[in-house]
Amino acid sequence: MRHEFQVKVGPAAFRIGSDWAQPLITMRRLYAQYPTPDIPDFTVRLEATGFLRRFIRSSVAINGDYMLPDAAPLPLAQALLAAEMGMNLQMALGWRRHLILHASAVEKDGKALVMTGASGSGKSTLSAMLGNNGWRFMGDEFVLLDLVSGEVTPYPRLISLKNEAIGAMQATMPDATFGPLMQGTPKGDIRHMVPPKSAVAAMDRPAKPALLLFPQFGYEPAIRDVPLEETFMRLTQASTNYVALGEAGFTTLTRFIRQVPVRSIDYQSGVQAEELVNQLWAELA
Amino acid sequence: MSDAVALVTALRDPASVAALDSKGWTALLTMARAERLIGTLACRLDGQTIPSAVAAILADERTNAEYQKRSALWEADCARRALAEYPGKVVLMKGTAYAAAGLKASEGRHIGDLDIMVAKADLPQVEAMLLKAGWEWMKEDAYDDAYYRDHMHELPPLIHKTRDRMIDVHHTILPLTARPTPDAKAMLADAVALENGLYAFSQTDMVIHSAAHLFADGELDGGLRNLWDIHCLLTEFADEAFWPALKSRAEHHQLWPAVHRAARLAHRLYGTEIPKDWQSWHRQDKWYVLRLTARDNWGRGTRKFIRLIFYIRSHWLRMPPLMLMRHLWVKWRRG
Repeated sequence: MRHEFQVKVGPAAFRIGSDWAQPLITMRRLYAQYPTPDIPDFTVRLEATGFLRRFIRSSVAINGDYMLPDAAPLPLAQALLAAEMGMNLQMALGWRRHLILHASAVEKDGKALVMTGASGSGKSTLSAMLGNNGWRFMGDEFVLLDLVSGEVTPYPRLISLKNEAIGAMQATMPDATFGPLMQGTPKGDIRHMVPPKSAVAAMDRPAKPALLLFPQFGYEPAIRDVPLEETFMRLTQASTNYVALGEAGFTTLTRFIRQVPVRSIDYQSGVQAEELVNQLWAELA
Repeated sequence: MSDAVALVTALRDPASVAALDSKGWTALLTMARAERLIGTLACRLDGQTIPSAVAAILADERTNAEYQKRSALWEADCARRALAEYPGKVVLMKGTAYAAAGLKASEGRHIGDLDIMVAKADLPQVEAMLLKAGWEWMKEDAYDDAYYRDHMHELPPLIHKTRDRMIDVHHTILPLTARPTPDAKAMLADAVALENGLYAFSQTDMVIHSAAHLFADGELDGGLRNLWDIHCLLTEFADEAFWPALKSRAEHHQLWPAVHRAARLAHRLYGTEIPKDWQSWHRQDKWYVLRLTARDNWGRGTRKFIRLIFYIRSHWLRMPPLMLMRHLWVKWRRG
């Protein structure tokens, strides 16, 4: 393709091709600290939906090794989001080296805190916040569980901030590097933030899972136990490749939920969440 | 200009990958994924010295192929149980059949929907049993539904409401509007029992179906994979009695041109051993090769004009001109 960019995020390497120069210039800036792979695991293509769409009212189709048949194209101003979606899709559909959980993770003292929940639960923002506050950021989208050791392998892609979280993070971390503000995306406003340098530098260093939380934003602060079977069911749904991995997926997931204490936490502000996390971490991890 | 010849070469001669650099590997893996041959390639390159990054990717793809095989066989078993009371033969087709029969063609193969064939007269009974077991219609459109029932070789596709998997129920191997009329009764009569209680076509019919699917029906999309199937089947079945049996059976089904072309192209591209007097090159074959290998280093389809010609050809083969015009008219009006 006309323009090409390659990048390695944690263990996964991508090749992004684009019909336009601009999206890859942005990616090069945001991914400046990340290594360049030799042979990429996946290819993502940002393609004009038609010849004229390269120039007029440009519209980006997300294609690649793995594609969704009915993925809607995005306007060119949201090309970075298109690229990130394309990369996530490759991982979700193609990666088989780890059990993938749709979750975020941070690390302290070689131990990992894993947070999972539905979109809007705040797991991404929480991981970004903690990653700036004494923890090592390991990833805000996918947690990769090693099929042999059960360890959490970092996948510190760009942090995807949505809506109110954008302003909040800009206020707390004015020195961080941000991508373009993309308004009116299918998920509202989105702005990417580059993870702390130290998190990217340590992206090959795994951690032992020590605590699993199901955060839920918007309720009075509370801590609840979660039964083992509920945890199992929720994580099978949070995993993109549990079924495809077969027995290895089952072994890894059951080992994980037996290994880590699990709680669900409700919170209404970042400060509350941080208090709850620190309290549980001190008690359980 | 690069094309999928690189992929053909790697499948044909696995040792040739020793010469690839990083760029070459990237192109090969991307094309193989686009042609849904990556799992096949992974199995084929087993034992070769390859870069560790590539080995990790191919290991992923082997895991994936195992998963596809497992779920395809599970889906076949679901259909078997749904049709347990049906007294006729339920014949597995394509990928699932190769997997169930343990054929070489199934090694690493991508398997999509479940395809089965039953006797035409029994379609209402089979359809009712599947609906009762949880499959439901995908096409709501009355024109499409009627089109399938009147002119196609299969029922409109059904999808299972909880497992989200499709099943195509065939009663023959080509659309009724296509010019050749294969002998579906004979195919069913000669189908052989598998260990799982279902059936597969006889060896000759299996090759003929694969060739018909490739050259007498579609627009050659995913053709390299189909041709690899044919290569594997021919290689595995070949003996002195097989070749004449294949030819006479293909003639019986009015599909010798498709079978001959399939054998010729498999020989040309994948080096399949076929009888000497089958190897003659047809003047149109080069266009088929260009269409089959129309894929670039990024996995994109290339040679748009040749693709278009084959697309038009696929419709031309499928129905007589007047009917084609009416069909395109209806489809066009609906946008």
